[in-house]
Amino acid sequence: MNDKRPVNLDIGTIQLPITAYVSILHRVSGVALFVISGLFIWMLDCSLASDESFTALQGILTHPLVKLVLWGMLAALAYHLVAGIRHMFMDFGVGETLEGGILGAKLVLVIAAILIAFAGAWVWL
Amino acid sequence: MAVTNVTSFGRSGLSDWIVQRVSGVVLTIYLLVIAGWLLLTPEVDFASWKALNSGLCIRILTVFAVLSLAAHAWIGMWGVLTDYVTVRLMGPKATLLRVFLQLGMIAVIFVYVVWTVAILWGK
Repeated sequence: MNDKRPVNLDIGTIQLPITAYVSILHRVSGVALFVISGLFIWMLDCSLASDESFTALQGILTHPLVKLVLWGMLAALAYHLVAGIRHMFMDFGVGETLEGGILGAKLVLVIAAILIAFAGAWVWL
Repeated sequence: MAVTNVTSFGRSGLSDWIVQRVSGVVLTIYLLVIAGWLLLTPEVDFASWKALNSGLCIRILTVFAVLSLAAHAWIGMWGVLTDYVTVRLMGPKATLLRVFLQLGMIAVIFVYVVWTVAILWGK
Protein backbone atom coordinates (compact mmCIF):
# COMPACT_ATOMS: atom_id res chain seq x y z
CA MET A 1 0.00 0.00 0.00
CA ASN A 2 1.19 3.54 -0.75
CA ASP A 3 1.86 5.00 2.69
CA LYS A 4 2.38 8.49 1.23
CA ARG A 5 -1.31 8.89 0.45
CA PRO A 6 -3.00 11.69 2.36
CA VAL A 7 -4.85 10.71 5.49
CA ASN A 8 -7.63 13.08 6.41
CA LEU A 9 -8.94 11.46 9.57
CA ASP A 10 -7.75 13.19 12.71
CA ILE A 11 -9.90 11.35 15.21
CA GLY A 12 -9.06 13.87 17.97
CA THR A 13 -10.84 16.69 16.14
CA ILE A 14 -13.89 14.74 15.02
CA GLN A 15 -17.00 14.75 17.15
CA LEU A 16 -17.92 11.10 17.46
CA PRO A 17 -21.49 9.75 17.42
CA ILE A 18 -22.77 7.40 20.14
CA THR A 19 -22.30 4.45 17.78
CA ALA A 20 -18.55 5.19 17.69
CA TYR A 21 -18.29 5.16 21.48
CA VAL A 22 -20.20 1.89 21.67
CA SER A 23 -17.84 0.41 19.06
CA ILE A 24 -14.68 1.68 20.78
CA LEU A 25 -15.87 0.35 24.14
CA HIS A 26 -16.48 -3.03 22.47
CA ARG A 27 -12.82 -3.04 21.40
CA VAL A 28 -11.49 -1.80 24.74
CA SER A 29 -13.54 -4.37 26.66
CA GLY A 30 -12.39 -7.08 24.23
CA VAL A 31 -8.70 -6.30 24.77
CA ALA A 32 -9.33 -6.20 28.53
CA LEU A 33 -11.08 -9.59 28.35
CA PHE A 34 -7.99 -11.08 26.70
CA VAL A 35 -6.17 -10.50 30.02
CA ILE A 36 -9.24 -11.11 32.21
CA SER A 37 -9.68 -14.57 30.66
CA GLY A 38 -6.39 -15.57 32.30
CA LEU A 39 -7.78 -14.50 35.68
CA PHE A 40 -11.00 -16.46 35.11
CA ILE A 41 -9.00 -19.58 34.15
CA TRP A 42 -6.87 -19.09 37.28
CA MET A 43 -10.10 -18.92 39.33
CA LEU A 44 -11.33 -22.10 37.64
CA ASP A 45 -8.02 -23.77 38.55
CA CYS A 46 -8.23 -22.67 42.22
CA SER A 47 -11.89 -23.63 42.49
CA LEU A 48 -11.37 -27.18 41.18
CA ALA A 49 -7.88 -28.12 42.42
CA SER A 50 -8.86 -29.01 45.99
CA ASP A 51 -11.23 -28.24 48.84
CA GLU A 52 -8.49 -26.06 50.42
CA SER A 53 -7.80 -24.01 47.27
CA PHE A 54 -11.57 -23.54 46.79
CA THR A 55 -11.86 -22.14 50.33
CA ALA A 56 -8.74 -20.00 49.82
CA LEU A 57 -10.25 -18.51 46.65
CA GLN A 58 -13.49 -17.80 48.53
CA GLY A 59 -11.38 -16.01 51.15
CA ILE A 60 -9.59 -13.89 48.53
CA LEU A 61 -12.94 -12.95 46.98
CA THR A 62 -14.18 -11.44 50.25
CA HIS A 63 -11.53 -8.69 50.11
CA PRO A 64 -13.19 -5.34 49.14
CA LEU A 65 -10.52 -4.45 46.56
CA VAL A 66 -10.74 -7.91 44.99
CA LYS A 67 -14.52 -7.52 44.79
CA LEU A 68 -14.01 -4.26 42.90
CA VAL A 69 -11.65 -6.01 40.44
CA LEU A 70 -14.10 -8.91 40.01
CA TRP A 71 -16.91 -6.44 39.33
CA GLY A 72 -14.73 -4.74 36.71
CA MET A 73 -14.03 -8.13 35.11
CA LEU A 74 -17.73 -8.97 35.00
CA ALA A 75 -18.55 -5.47 33.70
CA ALA A 76 -16.16 -5.90 30.75
CA LEU A 77 -17.68 -9.32 30.07
CA ALA A 78 -21.27 -8.04 30.27
CA TYR A 79 -20.61 -5.04 28.02
CA HIS A 80 -18.70 -7.07 25.43
CA LEU A 81 -21.44 -9.71 25.37
CA VAL A 82 -24.26 -7.19 24.84
CA ALA A 83 -22.33 -5.26 22.16
CA GLY A 84 -21.51 -8.59 20.46
CA ILE A 85 -25.18 -9.58 20.39
CA ARG A 86 -25.93 -6.22 18.70
CA HIS A 87 -23.40 -7.18 16.01
CA MET A 88 -25.28 -10.42 15.37
CA PHE A 89 -28.60 -8.54 15.06
CA MET A 90 -26.98 -6.20 12.53
CA ASP A 91 -25.60 -9.21 10.62
CA PHE A 92 -29.24 -10.27 10.16
CA GLY A 93 -30.10 -6.79 8.90
CA VAL A 94 -31.72 -5.52 12.11
CA GLY A 95 -30.77 -2.00 13.19
CA GLU A 96 -28.61 -1.17 10.17
CA THR A 97 -30.14 2.21 9.34
CA LEU A 98 -28.77 5.42 10.89
CA GLU A 99 -31.70 5.63 13.31
CA GLY A 100 -31.57 1.89 14.00
CA GLY A 101 -27.84 2.07 14.65
CA ILE A 102 -28.22 4.90 17.15
CA LEU A 103 -31.13 3.14 18.87
CA GLY A 104 -29.13 -0.09 19.00
CA ALA A 105 -26.14 1.71 20.50
CA LYS A 106 -28.37 3.25 23.19
CA LEU A 107 -29.94 -0.14 23.91
CA VAL A 108 -26.47 -1.67 24.32
CA LEU A 109 -25.54 0.98 26.89
CA VAL A 110 -28.82 0.59 28.81
CA ILE A 111 -28.87 -3.22 28.84
CA ALA A 112 -25.15 -3.40 29.70
CA ALA A 113 -25.68 -0.91 32.55
CA ILE A 114 -28.50 -3.06 33.95
CA LEU A 115 -26.37 -6.23 33.72
CA ILE A 116 -23.37 -4.47 35.31
CA ALA A 117 -25.56 -3.21 38.17
CA PHE A 118 -26.88 -6.76 38.58
CA ALA A 119 -23.29 -8.11 38.61
CA GLY A 120 -22.41 -5.55 41.29
CA ALA A 121 -25.32 -6.71 43.43
CA TRP A 122 -24.21 -10.32 42.93
CA VAL A 123 -20.61 -9.52 43.94
CA TRP A 124 -21.48 -7.48 47.03
CA LEU A 125 -24.73 -9.00 48.32
CA MET B 1 -9.50 -8.67 -4.73
CA ALA B 2 -9.54 -10.18 -1.30
CA VAL B 3 -6.95 -8.80 1.06
CA THR B 4 -4.94 -11.61 2.58
CA ASN B 5 -2.72 -11.39 5.61
CA VAL B 6 -0.43 -14.14 6.83
CA THR B 7 -1.14 -13.43 10.51
CA SER B 8 -4.95 -13.47 10.38
CA PHE B 9 -6.75 -16.48 11.85
CA GLY B 10 -8.55 -17.99 8.90
CA ARG B 11 -6.56 -16.40 6.04
CA SER B 12 -9.71 -14.75 4.75
CA GLY B 13 -11.94 -11.99 6.06
CA LEU B 14 -15.09 -14.00 5.44
CA SER B 15 -13.70 -16.98 7.34
CA ASP B 16 -12.65 -14.78 10.28
CA TRP B 17 -16.07 -13.13 10.25
CA ILE B 18 -18.00 -16.41 10.57
CA VAL B 19 -15.54 -17.92 13.09
CA GLN B 20 -15.92 -14.77 15.22
CA ARG B 21 -19.72 -15.21 15.23
CA VAL B 22 -19.75 -18.94 15.94
CA SER B 23 -17.13 -18.66 18.71
CA GLY B 24 -19.07 -15.73 20.21
CA VAL B 25 -22.23 -17.85 20.35
CA VAL B 26 -20.37 -20.78 21.96
CA LEU B 27 -18.87 -18.47 24.60
CA THR B 28 -22.33 -17.00 25.26
CA ILE B 29 -23.80 -20.47 25.77
CA TYR B 30 -20.98 -21.44 28.17
CA LEU B 31 -21.42 -18.19 30.09
CA LEU B 32 -25.20 -18.66 30.38
CA VAL B 33 -24.78 -22.25 31.62
CA ILE B 34 -22.23 -21.26 34.29
CA ALA B 35 -24.02 -18.06 35.35
CA GLY B 36 -27.35 -19.91 35.45
CA TRP B 37 -25.88 -22.66 37.61
CA LEU B 38 -24.24 -20.17 40.00
CA LEU B 39 -27.49 -18.23 40.38
CA LEU B 40 -29.82 -21.23 40.68
CA THR B 41 -27.75 -23.49 42.92
CA PRO B 42 -28.88 -22.88 46.51
CA GLU B 43 -25.52 -23.81 48.03
CA VAL B 44 -22.46 -23.23 45.88
CA ASP B 45 -19.64 -25.13 47.59
CA PHE B 46 -16.65 -27.19 46.53
CA ALA B 47 -18.61 -30.45 46.36
CA SER B 48 -21.40 -29.13 44.12
CA TRP B 49 -19.01 -27.12 41.91
CA LYS B 50 -16.67 -30.11 41.54
CA ALA B 51 -19.61 -32.37 40.74
CA LEU B 52 -20.78 -29.98 38.02
CA ASN B 53 -17.32 -29.82 36.44
CA SER B 54 -16.84 -33.59 36.61
CA GLY B 55 -19.59 -34.28 34.09
CA LEU B 56 -18.39 -35.17 30.60
CA CYS B 57 -20.90 -32.83 28.92
CA ILE B 58 -19.74 -29.77 30.88
CA ARG B 59 -16.08 -30.67 30.27
CA ILE B 60 -16.69 -30.92 26.54
CA LEU B 61 -18.53 -27.57 26.68
CA THR B 62 -15.63 -26.02 28.64
CA VAL B 63 -13.03 -27.20 26.11
CA PHE B 64 -15.30 -26.01 23.31
CA ALA B 65 -15.50 -22.62 25.09
CA VAL B 66 -11.74 -22.26 25.56
CA LEU B 67 -11.11 -23.20 21.91
CA SER B 68 -13.72 -20.60 20.94
CA LEU B 69 -11.95 -18.10 23.20
CA ALA B 70 -8.69 -18.88 21.38
CA ALA B 71 -10.15 -18.20 17.94
CA HIS B 72 -12.21 -15.21 19.14
CA ALA B 73 -9.24 -13.55 20.87
CA TRP B 74 -6.91 -14.25 17.93
CA ILE B 75 -9.31 -12.62 15.44
CA GLY B 76 -10.21 -9.73 17.76
CA MET B 77 -6.64 -8.92 18.77
CA TRP B 78 -5.52 -9.22 15.14
CA GLY B 79 -8.14 -6.62 14.23
CA VAL B 80 -7.06 -4.24 16.96
CA LEU B 81 -3.30 -4.68 16.37
CA THR B 82 -3.51 -4.27 12.58
CA ASP B 83 -5.59 -1.12 13.09
CA TYR B 84 -3.39 0.68 15.62
CA VAL B 85 0.10 -0.82 15.59
CA THR B 86 0.71 0.37 12.03
CA VAL B 87 3.48 2.17 10.16
CA ARG B 88 1.13 5.11 9.58
CA LEU B 89 0.43 5.60 13.29
CA MET B 90 3.70 4.47 14.86
CA GLY B 91 6.44 4.71 12.25
CA PRO B 92 8.66 2.12 10.56
CA LYS B 93 9.19 -0.01 13.68
CA ALA B 94 5.46 -0.78 13.88
CA THR B 95 5.54 -3.93 11.72
CA LEU B 96 8.19 -5.62 13.84
CA LEU B 97 6.42 -4.57 17.05
CA ARG B 98 3.10 -5.88 15.75
CA VAL B 99 4.55 -9.25 14.79
CA PHE B 100 6.14 -9.44 18.26
CA LEU B 101 2.82 -8.58 19.96
CA GLN B 102 0.93 -11.07 17.82
CA LEU B 103 3.36 -13.86 18.64
CA GLY B 104 3.04 -13.00 22.33
CA MET B 105 -0.75 -12.99 21.99
CA ILE B 106 -0.69 -16.42 20.30
CA ALA B 107 1.58 -17.78 23.06
CA VAL B 108 -0.82 -16.55 25.76
CA ILE B 109 -3.79 -18.11 23.92
CA PHE B 110 -1.89 -21.41 23.71
CA VAL B 111 -1.26 -21.31 27.48
CA TYR B 112 -4.98 -20.61 28.13
CA VAL B 113 -6.02 -23.67 26.09
CA VAL B 114 -3.47 -26.10 27.57
CA TRP B 115 -4.06 -24.76 31.11
CA THR B 116 -7.83 -25.27 30.83
CA VAL B 117 -7.43 -28.84 29.55
CA ALA B 118 -4.94 -29.53 32.38
CA ILE B 119 -7.43 -28.17 34.96
CA LEU B 120 -10.12 -30.52 33.69
CA TRP B 121 -8.08 -33.71 33.16
CA GLY B 122 -4.70 -33.18 34.76
CA LYS B 123 -3.31 -34.28 38.12
